[in-house]
Amino acid sequence: MVELLVDLTLFFMLVTTAIAITYSRHLFGVVMMAGVFSLLSAMLLVSLDAVDVAFTEAAVGAGISSVLMLSTLTLTARIEKPSTRSPLIPLLVVTATGAAIIYGTLDMPSFGDPNSPAQLGAAAQYLANSPADMHIPNVVTVVLASYRGFDTLGEAAVVFTAGVGVLLLLSGLRRRRRRGDTDEKETS
Amino acid sequence: MRHHLILRVVTKALIGPIILFALYVQFHGDFSPGGGFQAGVIMAVAFILYGVIFGLNAAQSVFPTWLVHKLMALGVLIYAYTGVATLFLGYDFLDYGAFDPHHPAHGQHWGILAVEFGVLVTVTGVMMAIYYAFAERRPRISDKDW
Repeated sequence: MVELLVDLTLFFMLVTTAIAITYSRHLFGVVMMAGVFSLLSAMLLVSLDAVDVAFTEAAVGAGISSVLMLSTLTLTARIEKPSTRSPLIPLLVVTATGAAIIYGTLDMPSFGDPNSPAQLGAAAQYLANSPADMHIPNVVTVVLASYRGFDTLGEAAVVFTAGVGVLLLLSGLRRRRRRGDTDEKETS
Repeated sequence: MRHHLILRVVTKALIGPIILFALYVQFHGDFSPGGGFQAGVIMAVAFILYGVIFGLNAAQSVFPTWLVHKLMALGVLIYAYTGVATLFLGYDFLDYGAFDPHHPAHGQHWGILAVEFGVLVTVTGVMMAIYYAFAERRPRISDKDW
């Protein structure tokens, strides 16, 4: 009962923050509210007992993304220009997508259902075997680093690739601009 | 941020505990929630906080850009070479039992520590690199415009 109340309160605050974000034109406030949104979803994840995911969300969503958004703001403007287009079509698309997602969840097993496909597959095997195989109490770490070690190698490679991509996009631009500067000097 | 005395003092007090917490999340990951990904992000947050408060140049003299770029690749290499090491010991790729054939569970401990360390290094490197890439660009609005 208490858990339901906590969840409802958190979801209410989450939706309120999201609506406030869409209405605000002051981008500094929007970035701060996006941080609040992340912290609220981190709290929701804690109430789902997914503590690992929760503090990743808190550190990445509320910490690093906010800093990155702020550094992006220093490169652009701090007030959003009012849109001249009608919000009707976006609203329609969002409503349709939301309805489709809610319709999709109707077929999903209920939360914590022991007979859901996710619990019956390899997960049961991992849970049963990991104490004898590894002597490590945290099954999440065992699955991530050992049973599914190859996947996690791929994940590390994805993180690396994302970093390389950002570096190529941002520092490549700087080099081009510098070359443009020297070109101008040569021509003038 | 030179004039924000409170922020500077609080930041100096916080950075140590943040790094300590990152190391705790990293090396206690076998027993409590957390692991390389989370620890890497928390570690990067400590340095990014330093950069935000004391300026980009201060952060880059602690954690230079060239080092960050090397770390990004180094982490993935640590992970992949752990797998290569198990191959050379005659086991499957990333089968950590290879590190202690008489007691495979101990080998698993060592292997998981090694690959989680690789993940920590990559994630810290990438987060710092992205932050540097954004912050290095010249800002167009001054401090007062906020």
